[in-house]
Amino acid sequence: MKCQPWRSLAFGVLALLAVAARPTNAADTIKIGYIDPLSGTFAQSGDQFLKVFRYVIDGINARGGALGRKFELVAFDDKTQPAEALIALKSITDQNMPFVMQCSGSNVGAALIDGVAKHNARNPDNRIVYLNCGALADELTNEQCDFWQFRFSGNVGMRAQTLVSALPKDLKSVYLLNQDYLFGQSIQKDTKAQLAKQRPDIKIVGEELIPFGKVKDFSSYITKIKASGAQGLITGNWGPDLNLLIKSGVDAGLDIGYYTYLSHLIGGPTAVGENGENRLHSVMEFHENIPVEQNNQAMEDFDKGFREKNAFDFSEINFVTMLEMVAAAVDKAGSTDALKVAQALEGMHMKDLLGNDTYMRKDDHQLIMPYYAGVFVRGVKYDSEHTGLGWKTETKLSAADLAQPTTCKMKRPAS
Amino acid sequence: MEVFLVSALNGLVYGMLLFMLSSGLTLIFSMMGVLNFAHASIYMVGAYLAYETSRFLGFWPALIVAPVICGLIGAAIEIWGLRRVHHNGHIAELLFTFGLAFIIERAVQMTWGMIPVPYRVPELLDFPLFTMYGLQFPAYRGFMLLISAGMLVAIWLLLTRTRIGLIIQASLTHPQMVSALGHDVPRVFTTVFAGGCALAGLAGVIGGNYQTTEPSMAYAMGPIVFVVVVFGGLGSLAGCFIASIIMGMVQTFAVVVDGSLGDLLRPIGIALSSDNFLGELLTIPLARIGPLLPFVMMILMLLFRPRGLLGTRDT
Repeated sequence: MKCQPWRSLAFGVLALLAVAARPTNAADTIKIGYIDPLSGTFAQSGDQFLKVFRYVIDGINARGGALGRKFELVAFDDKTQPAEALIALKSITDQNMPFVMQCSGSNVGAALIDGVAKHNARNPDNRIVYLNCGALADELTNEQCDFWQFRFSGNVGMRAQTLVSALPKDLKSVYLLNQDYLFGQSIQKDTKAQLAKQRPDIKIVGEELIPFGKVKDFSSYITKIKASGAQGLITGNWGPDLNLLIKSGVDAGLDIGYYTYLSHLIGGPTAVGENGENRLHSVMEFHENIPVEQNNQAMEDFDKGFREKNAFDFSEINFVTMLEMVAAAVDKAGSTDALKVAQALEGMHMKDLLGNDTYMRKDDHQLIMPYYAGVFVRGVKYDSEHTGLGWKTETKLSAADLAQPTTCKMKRPAS
Repeated sequence: MEVFLVSALNGLVYGMLLFMLSSGLTLIFSMMGVLNFAHASIYMVGAYLAYETSRFLGFWPALIVAPVICGLIGAAIEIWGLRRVHHNGHIAELLFTFGLAFIIERAVQMTWGMIPVPYRVPELLDFPLFTMYGLQFPAYRGFMLLISAGMLVAIWLLLTRTRIGLIIQASLTHPQMVSALGHDVPRVFTTVFAGGCALAGLAGVIGGNYQTTEPSMAYAMGPIVFVVVVFGGLGSLAGCFIASIIMGMVQTFAVVVDGSLGDLLRPIGIALSSDNFLGELLTIPLARIGPLLPFVMMILMLLFRPRGLLGTRDT
């Protein structure tokens, strides 16, 4: 009995420690490790997405988050290097975050799929879900598909189908120019496949793969495109590779259609400016004039809130769908356990902010969602990056239209 | 043929831009022995300053204001930074400018944001100078050629025909003697560093709207500028000029030439496909590896002629 006070004191300290180490659930945030280029050549896209996520997450947190816990974004810089991304992944898993998210670079995405799969196999008690918000190469949900990856952005195939379906009827010859890495090659391949399927009348008069992020002067490419006699240029370039290409083209007076996959992203409208009028096309999840076209006041207000805070366009409606789905899956699973959340995400249906159907396909973990093809014009309600020009919808393909077949053979963990 | 002519012109314009950038670097190196890693960052600052100036005063004042400010920044870096680390040797100077490059990039990102700023060609020059085989040659590129050629002549005259040039050249080789003759050698160094930075700023003013003005532009131009300086011979202005033009042409023509290394073997009866040993490497079109060629050339130069084209000392 002599040691009684000591024992109770020890218990008291232990109890205190336990309280300190495990704060109550309500105060605990659900951390999402976010890996993207925040420095280097492609820093602008990482920075753009970071701002979009902050806005979207603020909205979801204001509504209560999931399980009464708020979401918290923790950003990591990968400089678009797979090796750097894997180091960041290690740091994220060391901190027991339930989610890792990455948007820029299919090469990085491929490395993360592999890294996450290995980590989960080796650490069954600390597994993590990879939310792919923009590594777009088809392979990632076909040959390389993995149970722990969920892609919340239309893959290259879906985008190519949209782009080709919107090509004008009088267009007869095109030139393909893409970046020489997984994503660019995927674009090149899918564009060709879609052209052969939908528009066999269009001739491909030239194709080119350029070193990723290395070209400073595109005027020689423009010369080549001109010499080929192409009526249109199709490109999946992004970042400086896109901005410099289009700028070089319009500077040289290359008067053809510019059919791009990503020119609506940050910096594109600024770099092209008024020279892109009626010539620049892009394939988008959303553009700011869609709510106007569809008379959707709620979405217009949501977008206005974003415009007040940022100097660039909001186009990532799928990011909202993604985080809503994640929140719903956490609620449904009743925890942030990776396996339970992943199982809840599989096959989940959700209406996006515009009221369109979207769903997370169980076969390959690809979000099936609608896409819009738009053209850069004057006289629309919301202009892009203060250029005086903005996007106008040319074609919309629904989720059902874009449910392309997959070759994925998904291996599901037993427990 | 038309492709050849247009490409030659484009290569010339790009080469001249490279020269404007690398001339300042080579000048600083030959005078002070400092390899300034922050040089391309000053180029970027020049572009951003030109954008700000052109918003309020127009493009033409920017042509003067931005280089002057860049020169002042350069002077400040020299007086309060480089001079202090100078006595710790060249490695310390190198690391100092290396760190400076990161700080400047971050500062630019924080001041102007990540997205490109709408720095445009002035309206007066925004017209096609002439049309060649259906492609326009923008007047602005002609203007760039003019400015860079003028700059080349001006530097050359300054260094070889004026008293200042004489003192600068003398302090390069015989600093003690020049100092003994009553000249302020540290001030000469400051002047040279500021002058080099002003040149980079000028390149930024006319390069910023030719390409796009964004935080990654320094990172994009940095390596190639070093290639030019090393290839041309460290410290040689003439070598730098020749190297710039060669690099501009190589990058331009590599894109236009439809062929690969494997094609060279075809006349002697060897047909390669990507299945052969090394076939994948040899059948890559030249255009796909074009931007890497300058680096290959630099490595070859360092292996076989370390002093560069017209250099006077080994690197």
